[in-house]
Amino acid sequence: MTQDFTPTEMMTIAAARALSNDDVCFVGIGAPSAACNVARLTHAPDITLIYESGTIGTRPDVLPLSIGDGELCDTALFTVSVPEMFRYWLQGGRITTGFLGGAQIDRFANLNTTVVGPYDAPKVRLPGGGGAPEISSNCGQIFITMALTNRGFVDRLDFITSMGHGEGGDHRARLGMKTKGPTRVITDLCIFEPDPVTKELTVVSIHRGVTRGQIEENCGWPVRFAKEIVETPVPTATELSVLRDINARTKRAHEAA
Amino acid sequence: MAKICTLAEAIGDNVRDGDTLAMEGFTHLIPYAAGHEIIRQGRKELFLVRMTPDLIYDQLIGVGAARGMKFSWGGNPGVGSLHRFRDAVENQWPRPLEIEEHSHAAMANAYEAGAANLPFAVLRGYIGADLAKVNPNIRSVTCPFTGEVLAAVPSIRPDVSIIHAQRADRQGNVLIEGISGVQKEAVLAASRSIVTVEEIVDELNPPSPNAVVLPRWAINAVVHVPGGAFPSYAHGYYPRSNAFYIAWDKIARDRDSFTAWISENVLAGKPEDFARHAVRRAANAA
Repeated sequence: MTQDFTPTEMMTIAAARALSNDDVCFVGIGAPSAACNVARLTHAPDITLIYESGTIGTRPDVLPLSIGDGELCDTALFTVSVPEMFRYWLQGGRITTGFLGGAQIDRFANLNTTVVGPYDAPKVRLPGGGGAPEISSNCGQIFITMALTNRGFVDRLDFITSMGHGEGGDHRARLGMKTKGPTRVITDLCIFEPDPVTKELTVVSIHRGVTRGQIEENCGWPVRFAKEIVETPVPTATELSVLRDINARTKRAHEAA
Repeated sequence: MAKICTLAEAIGDNVRDGDTLAMEGFTHLIPYAAGHEIIRQGRKELFLVRMTPDLIYDQLIGVGAARGMKFSWGGNPGVGSLHRFRDAVENQWPRPLEIEEHSHAAMANAYEAGAANLPFAVLRGYIGADLAKVNPNIRSVTCPFTGEVLAAVPSIRPDVSIIHAQRADRQGNVLIEGISGVQKEAVLAASRSIVTVEEIVDELNPPSPNAVVLPRWAINAVVHVPGGAFPSYAHGYYPRSNAFYIAWDKIARDRDSFTAWISENVLAGKPEDFARHAVRRAANAA
């Protein structure tokens, strides 16, 4: 039996499924944080979630608004300083998976969260990279989740805040990176994975009720589809209720304080 | 040696026009009351340093107190833009703002290098990232042992650093608990430092021999300002006001409403106003 669900709910749940119990995951704020906590509250109860504020093994009851809400520290196994976080745990190679969002992405999964327009005279000044440049290079692999829109999925980025597969192919390896980089991009319409050779993002799974035409219309570059494409399994009743419950708790908490 | 004094004295004695100023606290323990006192005393031409400028620097930028800023993530966490920061960068209002932008990893390393009295920090960072092309202070260094090329950034050496903490004792020794960010590094990297605290107690009683304690001989001024981290939070005292962070979006979006808010809440305010926020509540109580 299936229930109705929104495209955003499908995106969050599909993103949650990418994670496993054994992952040590560096969590970005917003959509990635929701996905990581749905994973923890469903199929991956022992996953280690880490936020860049230094909270390690955190189990928040409500989703944090900021990367350093008290909830993260109160429920963490332990909390370290920010230099220790970035030096020992991230640069030290202890983190299997980084989960990022972004304002803009290109076909090689490079991300821009810095500027729209020229850096010195930006049309829109975005917040900037934060932890992303080193999360992208130092985590074992990267998952990215963001809604598929023409504004977000662009043919050419004005600024590469964090490198995904660069110009494609073996670009990461040529720069000395030993990590995999982005291995999956989960959107509200479909899931992309990089082509094994060219590293161009390729649609491998389409959410129920979505057409190829919709994906093409909402993406800023000519979309490549894999030879064999599956339909993303719809959310289960449990997944949906876990997601809706945590969103409701979060909304109440953020409005109260 | 720490002098226990009023906030007006601490800022008056230690913060000068043109200073490089770091006010740290990673989401937690952000020294808002001290920021307001700097605005009231009319400090100008400051070069601000902070990993996440947050609302505290949105306020200092919006009143025109800053000539420049070094930072690594300039948003309103979970909400969106810092509108005063954006207005300064996009429209030069109320004045142009020179920016030096880094990643979090580089800033954290640079603070640590400053605390360690080193001239620069080294990290495996910025690989394939465009920041290295637009920030001349992101350079590289070759490892003399392996030949690996690594990123190098100058250490952070503020003229003055300001942080907020939970407690000090009557000698001025300070205890920090919870998310400790880069506060210890910011204080030890600086020439002068100020710590505002929730409480001054007879005995510090650190909860563990490994607790984060800053000794009085590493600090210039300690000030009792209960609630002084509002709308951020003080672990064990009061939670983050996520509702205020959401409300700031509307206040700061418009120049006039921002200026009116500053007049009413900062220029006409005083450090004691923060005390009403120092009410113990269950964190994130629903």
